[in-house]
Formats: sequence, structure tokens, C-alpha cells
Amino acid sequence: MNRQTILDTKELEINMGPQHPSTHGVLRVRLKLDGERVVDAESIIGYLHRGVEKIAENRNYIKCTPYFDRTDYIAAVSNVYGYVLGVEKMLGIEVPERARRIRIMMTEFNRIASHLLWLATHAIDIGAMTVFLYCFREREEILKLFEAIFGARLTTHAFRLGGLWLDMPPGFEAACRKFIDEFPARVDEYEQLLTRNRIWLERTKGVGVISAEEAIDWGLSGPPLRGSGVDHDVRRLRPYGGYEQFQFDVPMGKHGDTYDRYLIRLEEMRQSRRIIAQILDDLPDGKIRGRAPKIPKPPVGEYYSAIESPRGELGYYIVSDGSPQPFRLRIRPPTFISLQALRRLVRGHLVADVVAIIGTLDIVLGEIDR
Amino acid sequence: MAEWIIVYGIIPFAKVAVIVLVLSGAVAYMTLLERKVIAHIQVRLGPMRVGWHGLLQPIADGLKFILKEDIVPARSDKLLFTLAPAISLIPAFVVFAVIPFGPPGMMEGLLRWVLAPFMDTAAVESIATQSAASGGFVTDINIALLFVLSISSVGILGVILGGWASNSKYPLLGALRSSAQMISYEVALGFSVIGVLLVTQSLSLVQIVENQREAEVWYIFYQPLAFVLFFICGMAETNRLPFDLPEAETELVGGFHTEYSGFRFSLFFIAEYAAMVTVCAVAVTLFLGGWLRPFPNVEWLSFLDLIPPLLWFVIKVFLLLYVFIWIRGTLPRYRFDQLMSYGWKVFLPLALANVIVTAGVVLVFM
Repeated sequence: MNRQTILDTKELEINMGPQHPSTHGVLRVRLKLDGERVVDAESIIGYLHRGVEKIAENRNYIKCTPYFDRTDYIAAVSNVYGYVLGVEKMLGIEVPERARRIRIMMTEFNRIASHLLWLATHAIDIGAMTVFLYCFREREEILKLFEAIFGARLTTHAFRLGGLWLDMPPGFEAACRKFIDEFPARVDEYEQLLTRNRIWLERTKGVGVISAEEAIDWGLSGPPLRGSGVDHDVRRLRPYGGYEQFQFDVPMGKHGDTYDRYLIRLEEMRQSRRIIAQILDDLPDGKIRGRAPKIPKPPVGEYYSAIESPRGELGYYIVSDGSPQPFRLRIRPPTFISLQALRRLVRGHLVADVVAIIGTLDIVLGEIDR
Repeated sequence: MAEWIIVYGIIPFAKVAVIVLVLSGAVAYMTLLERKVIAHIQVRLGPMRVGWHGLLQPIADGLKFILKEDIVPARSDKLLFTLAPAISLIPAFVVFAVIPFGPPGMMEGLLRWVLAPFMDTAAVESIATQSAASGGFVTDINIALLFVLSISSVGILGVILGGWASNSKYPLLGALRSSAQMISYEVALGFSVIGVLLVTQSLSLVQIVENQREAEVWYIFYQPLAFVLFFICGMAETNRLPFDLPEAETELVGGFHTEYSGFRFSLFFIAEYAAMVTVCAVAVTLFLGGWLRPFPNVEWLSFLDLIPPLLWFVIKVFLLLYVFIWIRGTLPRYRFDQLMSYGWKVFLPLALANVIVTAGVVLVFM
């Protein structure tokens, strides 16, 4: 029998979440601590599971669109975009050029909004309170744009099969232009507060390092993969929806640490702005919706459509049996896969790093739990 | 009534009462000031609803704290849990017993006016000219600085006990962090003060300010490094950003006071802000010339004497407090190991070097 003596040391097991300010939703992490050092961590998910994939099997292709707003609610536009593109591919629907461009523009706005939310929460996790509110100020402007064109701020139900629901309202283009004119100065402002801040550097450099091989092995995508120096952006590799027409850079990191991922996301916001500027300069007139069937019945087969969501490669794998409902629909959520890296990344770090690493993976629990 | 009862009993007691009341009010309005300043840094408005521009907000907050249910966790150590907030709060106030708000003799006129109806002129005169009665401080003891350092360290006990007595893991982590942090920064803080002591050759806070008046220069010009170190370590002592690890709400969900609610929580809260005022007041006394006007040696600035000494003291403390808030609105938070390594590897050696250099200079030139 084990007898405890006063000199025995015991690992402290501590439960972080599901109600915790820094677990970005309802992630629960069971930490084993040796003092402040993390010995082991286990992430427990499923608190937000709604069975979206199963629900989709019981709805027709049009009716299940709004459910994908609610998987990754931070990037609702991107999520619906991926799904709509997939179904259009199955049915061979042609989308008018104007609608294609507006779609890309709104998706890029969504990328900016999503990265802003990420920066806000990441910064407040590390203690920089002011950046949080600055980011929300700009995100608010984007949400106002969403409201103007989609009628909703968060769960936008942005796109329809064949194009858009409505064209841009009057004054919308001017509002977009105003935003992209002001935006670069705002990003510089965040950089001023953080990029060369000693404390920020010490908190993020060398924290949560992912090597390029590891990143590929784990199947990471998006900023966590590019932060390790792997050139992988679906917009570049397998252009969809007309991305090949636009000029943009894919920023990449060297060290694969939290700081590199921070720089990458900031640069991605600037690149998104660049794409939007190109679209606004050259937006053709014309129809906003092509011909699409009222009740789509895609031909029998298996389809995969992937887009670069703000968090990485977002894939929709759809199996059709010729009926109006998908036979099986499977989402490849980028952060579900990123989260797997958490355990490896936090081992040996301190408690304070755990929140930084959760932040840098940019998880959204709605997408992980689906 | 015997004269000594008035000089050493009634007058100090009245002063204490005034200080406690004013300090409580100041602390309450510190919270409002902090919320307002940070709000404006962050392009928002802050409290606007209760009173004009939220001026009554601290009162509403205080009322809320008092009316809230008092929750004591079931398996906590009841006695320590109750005791901890008081241990934290009382030292923060006691320190003000020795802090000089104004010069000796500041209250002479006031005392004459108050006592005249009750006593004959000779008695009034003998009371009013005693510095213990008429000084702008409760008491002037010859080891005041040691008293401040030792009493303010007692406050740490409250934090440790609070975290321990809660019998919960997050508060325990917070308490461990704070004990380690406060003890290591205490050392550097103590050494940064020694520089001033070497220059002024006195531990009495009143005497230190008087010496600055005679030297016609604030000690911040003699001891700039010590001031910076004192200020940074003071920030760490009072758990302010970027050193607010014991509370780190995004990591430890509040740290040592996670389990506290209602009035007990508010005691910790007041203690924290009172400690901030203490640090600023001591910094002003040691480095910024206490109640003296800026540049006491420059003749043509003498119109500044129109502002009474007490107000100068308050203005200086307020400015330092503003810097505390400003820093909170700007910087992220350090990690625990970084904080410790800064304390021991940077601040302590710098403070020691400062002491050695100062000692050398004092030995050779004075």
C-alpha cells in the first residue's frame, strides 16, 4: 500500500473550461501540472455538438445551407461559400461574373473580420486589453457591411446556389472603399502596440513551435501550417470561384512559433484588403444569380470542394445518391485538426502559455464540435 | 483636559479618521478614474449611466458589493477565509500613519481656530506649535521608511491566506504566484530605497522631504535609476499589469480571489488600490519631493507656492497613479518565469549596483 508522506509530490490536475475566459468557447482542457509546468493536457470536446452533418442528410441541398453559418460562426461567409461552391460543382451551375466577384469580396471581408476577432482575443489572453477593443472597432464596421448586404451580422446565410440573393445596396461600394482606405492605418496601429513590444515578443517567440514536418504530419492547414514555412494556400494551389484573377501574396513564417503565426495573420489581413481593392476597381455589371434548380438533384457520385477559410483548408465532402438530400455530408473543419496539436504543443510549457497556444491555433468550437 | 491627551490622543485620532475616510473615497474614485481613463484609451466612454458621466458609479458599486450574498465555499478554512481580506486591507491603510502629506506646522492655523473657543491662549499656543499636533502627518517616527516596508509586506499574507483558505486550485495557483512574486520584488524594492537613504541619511519620511527642501533638489535627480526601479517593483508589488499574474483573469480566472464574492471581494479590491496609492505616495515622498513644489531652487517659479503643499502632494500622487493606469492600458502581461527572472536577474543587480555607486559617491564627496 502506498503511504503518503509529507515529502511526496503529486501532480496537480486542473480543469480548464468549458467555462473559462480563454478557451474560446466551450473547450475543456484537463491539465496535469507540476507547479506551473504542464505535464500533460487532454482536450475534451463536444459541448457544442449539434449534429450538423446528420441534419444535412435530412434536408435538401438548398435548405441545409444556413446550417453551415453555424459551424464556424466567426467565418460564416466562408463556410457557406465552401458548401455552395461544392453543390454548384455537383450540378454544374454557372455563376455570373459579378456574383463571383462579390462573393470573393465578401469572403475576404469575412477573413479580415475573423482575423480581427482572433487578434483581439489572442491579445487579451496575453493581457493586452486595448488591442481587443481596437480590433472590435474595425470588426464592427465589417459586420455593418454584412448587415447591409446580407441582412444579418453573424449568421449571414450569405450566398445562394447560382449566385447571391440580392445585389449590393446603394452606397455599399462607397462604404467598402471607405473601410479599405482606413484599414491599413489601423493594422499599423495594432502593430505599433504589439509587434516590437518586448513583452509581446517574449510571450510569443519560441512558444508553441511546430516544425514543418510535424505540421504536415498532423494535417494542419492555414496559418498554423504556413507559419512553419510550408507554402500551402488553397486559393493558390487549387483556385476556386475566380481567385486566379487576383494578385495576392501568401505570407509565410520561418520558425513556426506563435509570433510567426501572429505576423502571418496580420499580413493576410493586408492581402485580403488588396484583393478587395482589386475587385472594387473592376466590378462588372450584370446579373447576380445564374440558373439554379428549385430542388437540386445532383447526379450520383462523390464530390469534394475545399476553400481556404480564415483558419485553413475547409472541405465539404458530399456523397449524392441522386436524391434531393445529400446521402452523406462530411465537413473537414480546419481547427478540429489544429486542436489535435494542442497536447504536443503545451507539454513542458507553463500555464500562461496554454492560453497563448490555444489562442494561436485560432480554434472555433462550433466548427470543432459541429 | 491634559495637554498630552489632546496632542497625542484626540488630534491624531481626528487625523486618522480623516485619512481613512478620504482614502476610502479616493480609492473608490480611483476605480472610476481607472475605468474612465482606460475607456478613453480604448475609444469607448466607460461608465456613463450612474450620475453625470458615471460620477456616482463607485457608490453604486460599493452598494452592490455590500448587498451581495456572502458566499463561503463549503470546504474552505472558514477562519482564514474570513481573516484574509482584513489582513490584506488593514496594512494598506496603516502605512498612511507615517506618510507626510504636508510640512510640519501645516495645521497650525487650523488648530488655533478650532481650539480657541475652548481654551485660553497660552494652552492653544503650546498645542499648536507642537509638531506632533500641527504637522501634515499623523506621526513622524524616526524609522518611518522601515515601518512602511515592513507593514506593506504584511499585506502579502492576506493574499496567500486567501488563496490557501479557498481550498480551490485556481486560487492556490494564484496565491503561489503572488507570494513568489511579491517576495522577490520586495528585495529589489528595498535595495532601490537604500540609495535615497544614503543620500539623505535619515529614515524619517518628514526628514527626507525636509532634506530635499534644504538640498533644493528632488532626489529623483540624484537617484533616477532608483526611482525607475522603485516604480517598476512597486507595480509588481501591487499586482498591476504587466505584473498582474496573481490575478491573470485570462489564465487563472481571477487568481487568489476567485472564490471571494460580495463584500469580502471588495475588501481585496480596496486593498489593491490602497496599496497602489501607498506606493505612489512613498515614491512621491522619497523621490519627488513630497509636498514641495517643482524646482524648489528656482526663484522665478515661486508663484507655484500659491498652490498649498498638501495639493502639490496630491497632484504628484495622482500623476503617478495615472501612469499606473496608462501602463495597464498599453502593455501585455509577463509570464511567470519571465517575471521572476527579471526580478532576480535584472532589477536586483541594478538596485545593488545603484547602492554601491551611491555609497561610493557619498563616501568621496560628502
